[in-house]
Amino acid sequence: MAGYAKHMFEQSSLFGPRVLSVSGITQYLRAMMESDEILRDVWVSGEVSTLSTPSSGHIYFTLKDSGATLKCVIWRAQASRMRNQLQTGSAVEVHGAFSVYEAGGQYQLYVDAVRLAGEGLLYQEFLRLKARLEAEGLFEEGRKRSLPKFPIRIGIVTSPTGAALQDMLNTLQNRYPLVEVILAPAVVQGEEAPAKVVKAIEELNRYGRVDVIILARGGGSLEDLWAFNDENVVRAVVNSSVPVVTGIGHETDFTLSDYAADVRAPTPTGAAVAVSPDKNDLLRDLGSVYASLKDSFEDRLTDLDHNLSRINHRLNLLSPIAKIRNDSQRLDEMTQRLERNLQHQMALRHSHLEGAIRHLESLNPLQVLNRGFAIVRNADGKVIRSVNEVSRDDEVHIRVADGEMDARLTSINKSSNP
Amino acid sequence: MTQLESKENLSYEQAFTELEQVLNRLEGESMNLEDSLLLFERGQFLTRYCADLLEKAQLRMQQLHVNLSSDETEEEEA
Repeated sequence: MAGYAKHMFEQSSLFGPRVLSVSGITQYLRAMMESDEILRDVWVSGEVSTLSTPSSGHIYFTLKDSGATLKCVIWRAQASRMRNQLQTGSAVEVHGAFSVYEAGGQYQLYVDAVRLAGEGLLYQEFLRLKARLEAEGLFEEGRKRSLPKFPIRIGIVTSPTGAALQDMLNTLQNRYPLVEVILAPAVVQGEEAPAKVVKAIEELNRYGRVDVIILARGGGSLEDLWAFNDENVVRAVVNSSVPVVTGIGHETDFTLSDYAADVRAPTPTGAAVAVSPDKNDLLRDLGSVYASLKDSFEDRLTDLDHNLSRINHRLNLLSPIAKIRNDSQRLDEMTQRLERNLQHQMALRHSHLEGAIRHLESLNPLQVLNRGFAIVRNADGKVIRSVNEVSRDDEVHIRVADGEMDARLTSINKSSNP
Repeated sequence: MTQLESKENLSYEQAFTELEQVLNRLEGESMNLEDSLLLFERGQFLTRYCADLLEKAQLRMQQLHVNLSSDETEEEEA
């Protein structure tokens, strides 16, 4: 660009000095500035004056010192995060690139970063110390300790009069009022702050009965928080025998003590939250543990009840009543068998008897008479079987099948071949 | 509260840890009615004890007089 602009002048030498329009020379100046290595990336320090923040959202101000003024512009897109640091009269350092506002004929610094004067040096110092302590291993995650789940005593190092302490006490009261707070008061800003903070941390360690230490300070400027970047404070945090939780400034503030702490919380309230369980969570846990306890106990009772039922059942099986019933049934069976047997025997006897009767009947002498035989008895009723038992003229009694008769023997003849 | 209960001075952590142990035993072991009942009652007591601690506690504060007047460490109820 610069080469091109220079060329614009050189080519006109043939016709005398070249005359440029206002726009032309202004464009030239603009091109010069925008291409300059220094002017396009520069920090400038001065005091803010004639600060103007129109509704467009852009910020216009003048930076001045004893000998000069400089017009500055911050475009809307970047304005919001820098607005707070710009106050008329404040000493600042601004970063940006130079250019020309052609219509106004003004060169301006287009600002993209603002910091309070002195911060730049502090920041360099901060980075150097951070690198050194980091190299020493003080910020390593490996040496960070976990916090007790149910602390009994919490040490707090902070200003005894600050809002931060009240915030932390309120938070602890609401979340976990079982703890006892051991306050080691300390001045937390100014020259003597680092030594006081170190002493407070050491004193809590000497006290010995705290489970965790909170190192806290409410929000403030970078300078206000500077004590927490002090090397001795960082070492006291590292050397503490109980875990240290930092809650320093706001969310965006990071001090070296934060890097060294076992846990870094964004604010004092955040630190109080980090070291304490929440009462409501604990009560809910208790509720569910108790419900489980009741369920388990009821299960136990149910088990015992089942055992009882089972034993009762076994007992019933062994009871004499069952045996008696059992025996009674066997008795019935046996009786029935006996009866069946008896009937059988009777039937058998009966048929034998009938046979015998039939046999007997076949032997009845009267049956023989039916076949034409007769029975002859003497007067005494004795059956006469031989002619030798009678004499002539004896009276005999004759029985035939259908009656009886008396007869007198008129002759007796003995058979020759009986 | 029974005498036994009033004598106890458990921390929340101790009480809650024991409560969990009681629950584990009641869930895990088979035992007779008396032991179950004793455990259940112990659990009931510990639950109540923990809840009481949480609900009735008031935050206490002591201040070490370390950085203020002298180096002597004093304690004082806040």
